[in-house]
Amino acid sequence: MSQFFTKSMARNIFYGGTLFSVLLFLALTFHTTWTLPKRDHRENLTEQVARGKHLWETRNCIGCHTLLGEGAYFAPELGNVYTRRGGDFIKVWIKAQPTKVPGRRQMPQFNFTDAQLDDLVAFLKWTSEINTENWPPNIEG
Amino acid sequence: MSLLQYKSQAVAKPYFIAAIGLFVGQILFGLIMGLQYVIGDFMFPAIPFNIARMVHTNLLIVWLLFGFMGAAYYLVPEESETELHSPLLAHVLFWIFLIAGALTVVGYLSVSYERLTEIGGNNLLATMGREFLEQPTYTKIGLVIVVLGFIYNIGLTVLKGRKTAITIILLTGLVGLAVFFLFAFYNPSNLVKDKYFWWWVVHLWVEGVWELIMGAILGFVLIKITGVDREVIEKWLYVIITLALVTGLVGTGHHYYWIGAPGYWQWWGGFFSALEPLPFFAMVVFCFNMVNRRRRDHPNKAATLWALGTAVMAFLGAGVWGFLHTLAPVNYYTHGTQITAAHGHMAFYGAYVMVVLTIISYAMPLLRGREVNPERAQVLEMWSFWLMTVSMVFITLFLTAAGILQSWLQRIIPTPQSFMAVQDQLHIFYWLRELAGLVFLIGLGVYLYSFFAKDKPRTVEVGETVETVKTVETQPATF
Repeated sequence: MSQFFTKSMARNIFYGGTLFSVLLFLALTFHTTWTLPKRDHRENLTEQVARGKHLWETRNCIGCHTLLGEGAYFAPELGNVYTRRGGDFIKVWIKAQPTKVPGRRQMPQFNFTDAQLDDLVAFLKWTSEINTENWPPNIEG
Repeated sequence: MSLLQYKSQAVAKPYFIAAIGLFVGQILFGLIMGLQYVIGDFMFPAIPFNIARMVHTNLLIVWLLFGFMGAAYYLVPEESETELHSPLLAHVLFWIFLIAGALTVVGYLSVSYERLTEIGGNNLLATMGREFLEQPTYTKIGLVIVVLGFIYNIGLTVLKGRKTAITIILLTGLVGLAVFFLFAFYNPSNLVKDKYFWWWVVHLWVEGVWELIMGAILGFVLIKITGVDREVIEKWLYVIITLALVTGLVGTGHHYYWIGAPGYWQWWGGFFSALEPLPFFAMVVFCFNMVNRRRRDHPNKAATLWALGTAVMAFLGAGVWGFLHTLAPVNYYTHGTQITAAHGHMAFYGAYVMVVLTIISYAMPLLRGREVNPERAQVLEMWSFWLMTVSMVFITLFLTAAGILQSWLQRIIPTPQSFMAVQDQLHIFYWLRELAGLVFLIGLGVYLYSFFAKDKPRTVEVGETVETVKTVETQPATF
């Protein structure tokens, strides 16, 4: 780079550019936070949904599955599993694990109570109702 | 006789050794997971996939942090022209960090994750069970203490000594690292808010403040091995980190397309993240420029190779492979597929693994009391560079192929197939990826061996090759 462009100019551009970007990002974040209630339907976020999320976390489901496309890519997407399979299937499926089919990917048995299974399904139902801009492209996730 | 300009730089050595040790663990667990992709019940239920993945990713984060810390302890005294504020504190924090990290991994492997949340303080403050933030709450608190103590130590050293652009940029990056980690403690029951701010740890680390740390480390090594004027290198650094933050901060939006945030993020995130390759491209131009304009032929050829390799692979992995799927119309089909895994592997390896191996390659010989490693050790180290780098390229290519096919079969064709039906058709790519992973392991073995390779006791003296200024015309790059 030429001598017209000095280190102190570069430094000032860094401070200016960073400040601008931080402010822009914060402004967008404030606006996002403002509009989220309409998109996440938090009026439906019950105690049961919150308990379901806690179960989701404490069993490390994200270690194999994706949820809205984020997580591990070892097992199916669960953001829309409620729409794909329905609540009853989800409960039966979880209770039937592991399948122990030789060579197949295995899911552990978590020994959930019926109440816990209801919590988990409530969480997955709430998640399936988030406005995700029509993602995933189809029911398969 | 010590070759260190400041004897407190020696505290970097255990940090580098720990980093390499944990790196080995990371790769072994990666191979287990790779096999589980094709032999689904491999090691089940002893080590289920999710456990292996936690160990794989968490070890990566921890060993990179060890590497960054070692790098800071090594370069800050030399840049600041003063001894480290407290070598004792650095030693104490080393052991706290290592023991906390080891206990966490033992926890992952020895008890169920549910049990770990009970004994790990998750009932006190629920922070666990989110991708990359699986560590017990107590471990997270410990990490905050270690990082704050580390920044205090480095900060006081910078303040009392000479202030250079490199130390200022490094310190800015480290403070950013600490600040953004605090969002790991924010876990609302609203999944959308949880995800939105989870990215403030994950994205703002790797596509934000870590790039500052990476730039500072690369800049330091380049000053040392090329002898190019500090003014030039530091000017470049400011340009690079400006590009990194201006594109990377709003570029966070490429994670907000499909998680419940407003649709305008597809435009904001798409535009800014499409520019994210720029800082990495600037880094490539910068590194090759500096090496071509070098005023000396540094005898540590391996370190030069790592530095150039870092720039190129970071550009490919973070820049090109990031761009591939960052635009919303593409990401709609590739989000959360093996494309993401492909990008993640080459970006982390190219940017952060390689920059840590660069500073280790430069500093470790000096920390071990030699001007430079023996010829044979350097040759082996360069072999390991090529084995690991080329196999990582292949891992990325195989995962990319798997990801394209996965997106096609599961999301694009008129009769989309289920997740597992698609996975069954990807086995060939997963097998090839595992094979490439084995070559990576061999490369890592060669790397480890290079530290002990002696044979010819002959060493090259720095003085031998220091000559007058050489221009690109008379002295093309030899690396």
